[in-house]
Amino acid sequence: MRRLLFVLPVLGFVILLGVFFAGLGRDPRALPSAFIGKPLPPFTTAPVRPGDTGLSNTDFDRGEPVLLNVFASWCGPCRVEHPVLMRLRQQGVAIHGLDWKEDAPAGLKWLTEHGDPYIRVGNDETGRTGIEFGVAGVPETFVIDKKGKVRYRHVGALTPDDWEQKIGPLMEQLRKES
Amino acid sequence: MRRFLSLALAFALVAGPAAAVNPDEQLPDPALEARAHKLSKELRCVVCQNQSIDDSDAALARDLRIILRERISAGDTDAQAVDYLVARYGSFVQLKPPMRLDTLALWFGPLAVLLVGGIGAVVYMRGRSPAKAGALTAEEEAELAEMLDSDEVR
Repeated sequence: MRRLLFVLPVLGFVILLGVFFAGLGRDPRALPSAFIGKPLPPFTTAPVRPGDTGLSNTDFDRGEPVLLNVFASWCGPCRVEHPVLMRLRQQGVAIHGLDWKEDAPAGLKWLTEHGDPYIRVGNDETGRTGIEFGVAGVPETFVIDKKGKVRYRHVGALTPDDWEQKIGPLMEQLRKES
Repeated sequence: MRRFLSLALAFALVAGPAAAVNPDEQLPDPALEARAHKLSKELRCVVCQNQSIDDSDAALARDLRIILRERISAGDTDAQAVDYLVARYGSFVQLKPPMRLDTLALWFGPLAVLLVGGIGAVVYMRGRSPAKAGALTAEEEAELAEMLDSDEVR
């Protein structure tokens, strides 16, 4: 009993240390979306490409999982993740885009200069459309399943590691879901 | 010099903490503005995380302040306006977390730690208290009496 009383606080301390240490490696911005398991709220947006139809919440009913990438030409990390998105598009991954908090010409210029990885892309000049589903900044990438429900939210630039370890396997799993 | 100091002191006392709220965001109705101001102090800026949207200069905090004021102008109660943002950003936007099943550890965790620590401390202190001294034997009594009676210093 006496021995247990001595060991317990030490054990508690070690566990606490482990929790804190694990917390060091976590990104405090990476919060789960409030929309996990729910469909995106209804929205429509103006097009970025002239003569296009923009993006709306009904575009996610494609019978395959889709990525929704929120980006802006003024955003530094978007520049980092853009080549990753281009490569994924080449591999046949379905990606929709939402151009956040800038006018459509700025978004169009970005897509002409750096390439256009998006199937559908909408312009959200005021940022209100993104706010409707909890966007806090750019870039953010949502994984939407076959039924149009949000399954995962990735905050910050999408790196090849993120794709290989988390998002790629998740997309594969969602593809198999009926 | 004294005049300068008192003037500086007066200014320091008058100066309040500067809020990030811009005049163009404020509602014309002072009662509604007061409600919005109070609510925005309890809502977290999801970009800067440890500031309220009332304090934060982040663009998103400004958007959320404006949305909050739109909801209140549209006749939302305080709870409805807060729920509107919680529905989009999760209860993380509330600086004071609501009491729910998944936040019980947050609310009562420290109390539980205090309780466990307190019990541990009590048990430890009890184990350490020395055994009570037994009554003196007749022999010791005699020796004590002899010591007290004599003036001799040993």
